[in-house]
Amino acid sequence: MHRDDAFDLMTAHPPLAAGPAGPLRVGIGGPVGGGKTALVAALCKALGSELSIVVVTNDIYTTEDADFLRRHGVLPDERIRAVRTGCCPHTAIRDDITANLDAVEDLVARHDPDLVLVESGGDNLTATFSYGLVHAQIFVLDVAGGDKVPRKGGPGVTRSDLLVINKIDLAPLVGADLDVMRGDAEKVRDGRPTVLVSLRDQPDAAPIAEWITTQVRTRRAG
Amino acid sequence: MAGTLTAGLLLLADSRLPSGGHGHSGGVEALVERGLIATTADLEVFLDGRLRTSGTVPAAAAAAACGLAAHPDREPEPDWASWDEAVSARTPSAALRAASRAQGAALLRTVTLAWPGPAVEALRALGGVHHPLVLGVAAAAAGGTPLDAAGLALHHMIGGACTAAVRLLGLDPLAVAAVAARAGRRAEAVARTAGDAAAAAVADADPALLPGESSPLHDVLAQLHDSSEATLFAS
Repeated sequence: MHRDDAFDLMTAHPPLAAGPAGPLRVGIGGPVGGGKTALVAALCKALGSELSIVVVTNDIYTTEDADFLRRHGVLPDERIRAVRTGCCPHTAIRDDITANLDAVEDLVARHDPDLVLVESGGDNLTATFSYGLVHAQIFVLDVAGGDKVPRKGGPGVTRSDLLVINKIDLAPLVGADLDVMRGDAEKVRDGRPTVLVSLRDQPDAAPIAEWITTQVRTRRAG
Repeated sequence: MAGTLTAGLLLLADSRLPSGGHGHSGGVEALVERGLIATTADLEVFLDGRLRTSGTVPAAAAAAACGLAAHPDREPEPDWASWDEAVSARTPSAALRAASRAQGAALLRTVTLAWPGPAVEALRALGGVHHPLVLGVAAAAAGGTPLDAAGLALHHMIGGACTAAVRLLGLDPLAVAAVAARAGRRAEAVARTAGDAAAAAVADADPALLPGESSPLHDVLAQLHDSSEATLFAS
């Protein structure tokens, strides 16, 4: 894992203290197919024994998705809330966060969790979470989407609190240069951390789980 | 009536104002799924029917809420719960009641910050009130009349359905804007009728006098939509 250990989320987003009250809320965004749902499942599995977690999903949520999460022993149904976004996933996390706020606050009231994960519906590189909805956001890209994506930038790549580049096991198969992706990301991210990972090879998402644990601890301390 | 197009009313009419509306199709998704709306012409016929039937309910409720909120010194204080119950009674589909309350809660979040006041606080204290009541109270706070509030309710009914149709069917958005403009002109008469009924209900402090038209197909489809798999809109 590559990261700047000195990076402090509380300094990066000073409005945090005035942001949403209650437990840490982390948004997970990124293009379709990058591995957002797989990351949510991995995080719930990795952190579920030490943290109480609830999840709001904005993806087109079917009983199939619920089955996926249940089969992987991730979370009971009552800790997952699906919000339908009317074909506009970016609106629901950025311009009009009200439906997601309702879902988050309802889950928090019912379960008093340590961590709220808000999974955006798959969108494009310009999608970004409002800090009225979350305290921190993870943007998930995958190697198969092309190694030029970090260079293209966009608020998800440049401003997310953690950039995850997933499916690095596929790099040789799709001709992606991981050094180029890492270098391009670092150029535009102004010290914010980037993680290169294969959730298939590392189903515990260890570096990301560790990052989240640090954020939870920081928020508690704050 | 003198024009009262205040900046606040323009904000309330703007679909970009955070109010949860983008997640609702006003019944369009259920109709599109069943092939009952496929073209711009279908959309126009649907809107015409909606305006003439169940459109009067939110329009009158918004107008009444605006009238009630415009006179905070009115004695006795408005019994907001009874007005909220009257909207429930005129919304036979449980799914549509839930959708209305969800959008009411969403709009109330924004209204609380943008137009705070005693009527807004009364609705907050009640918790989970119907959307038209929040819209009416906000319209009053923004300097609008009951007729403005009725017009806003219909404007959003039209706008939500039109936007959903564009997203779901890929209709020409310019042609759909023309549909919305024509529907808006037809809505003016509906707003006046709803406003008159609301004025009578407010004068008598009797929510039972609100109009109670309905669209049975709309109600049935809303229930089916609510229980179907993988829908894109909440209603």
